[in-house]
Amino acid sequence: MLDFDFACPTSLADAIEVLAAHNGSARPLAGGTDLIDYLRTGRLSANMVVDLKRIPELRVLTCGDNGLTLGAAVPCCEIYGNEQIVKNYSALSDACSIIGGLQIQSRASVGGNLCTSGPAADSTPALIALNAQVQLVGKGGSRSVAVEDFCTGPSANVLQPGEIVQQLTLPAPAAGSGSHYRRFIPRNEMDIAVVGVGASVTVADGKITAARVGLGAVAPKPLFAADLSQWLVGQPTSDATYKEAGERARQIISPIDDHRGTAEFRTHVTGVLVERVLREAVARATA
Amino acid sequence: MATQRVVTATINGRERSFLCEPRQTLLEVLRDVLSLTGTKEGCSNGNCGACTVLLEGKPVVSCLVLAVECEGQSIETIEGIDTKDGLTPLQNAFLENAALQCGICTPGFIMSTKALLRDNPNPTEEEIRFKLAGNLCRCTGYDKIVKAVQDAAQRRCGSGCGCNG
Ligand code: FES
Ligand code: FES
Repeated sequence: MLDFDFACPTSLADAIEVLAAHNGSARPLAGGTDLIDYLRTGRLSANMVVDLKRIPELRVLTCGDNGLTLGAAVPCCEIYGNEQIVKNYSALSDACSIIGGLQIQSRASVGGNLCTSGPAADSTPALIALNAQVQLVGKGGSRSVAVEDFCTGPSANVLQPGEIVQQLTLPAPAAGSGSHYRRFIPRNEMDIAVVGVGASVTVADGKITAARVGLGAVAPKPLFAADLSQWLVGQPTSDATYKEAGERARQIISPIDDHRGTAEFRTHVTGVLVERVLREAVARATA
Repeated sequence: MATQRVVTATINGRERSFLCEPRQTLLEVLRDVLSLTGTKEGCSNGNCGACTVLLEGKPVVSCLVLAVECEGQSIETIEGIDTKDGLTPLQNAFLENAALQCGICTPGFIMSTKALLRDNPNPTEEEIRFKLAGNLCRCTGYDKIVKAVQDAAQRRCGSGCGCNG
């Protein structure tokens, strides 16, 4: 591994200072499950690695009537180990419990998954479904972006040099809501999504009253299926609705052919998963 | 070269200080600096689980941890598993069920299993297979490892604490 220096600030102000001083050549480190491999193989380089795990603001996890606040460096295991998140933000705990194996889940964070900005990231479609806002902070101050606007392409996002993700905020779900994330992989576990789908729905009197669908691994970045989500509002909770939703999702994706699956296969699977994920989200909403 | 750092961590219950460069992984430091060669290197990219240790009680792949991150933290390796009375029930379960051939994967499996049984003392076969998916074995075909874990879950360590050693 190429040489780099290391800092482990314990305050947000110190972290911003050291990142700004290196003007983009310092790399923030959370769980390290992507970064350390990328540094070792030379896919990324760094003069300085800044460990963010000892900054209190990046480790917060509060879940209550005002919604969920999730520090960017909170590891997956703390997310699926939190009963309130499992119940109220199921899509997110679904995703966190299938990212890598146990050892990866002890370290990998949702903030890191987002910042790596892989098109197949498992937690991003779940965050899109759950309407997350991303709080960014840097020398110039802080700002907030909707999670679906965070990634701009494979391994690319809106972060400016020296800027980091501080936390994610997710609104409290309305009564009668449920969510789910599911992916297709050729193995049973420890694999990268060929297609991943996250959905949240609110249901009243047998009708969907609000919905958000996020799609992963079928476009250069995780997608918010805005028109499809809008179309779902007012539809009955029926198999015909889920099937039509799957069909509509197939129209908006632009998948690639690679060793994990062809574009044709991904298109087919997207429809199947949208159908199944909506059915499960509705079941959870009405349980 | 970035300056070497002194890192102090509790390793297998004992506080130890060591020198390392920021770029050195915990796996490298355990093996090459501290001579704790029980932790194995398989892939060095987080896929095989051979290098699994417990960091603050949680299973991690030590090839994806920088040693400098561990300042003030507790690390448990395979060398810290046995007791002065010999092998623990968990180790005996692997031995008696022939859950190893070449043995490269075994320290990692034992460390992951220790964490698994601590959090879930009676896992189903499916849970065992799912939770240990981060550990690869190229020899045994896994069945004997799963049986050993089921067997270990039935055993209890002698200290009366209810753990599986
Ligand atoms: S050597 Fe660390 S996971 Fe393979
Ligand atoms: S016993 Fe050889 S890899 Fe598992």
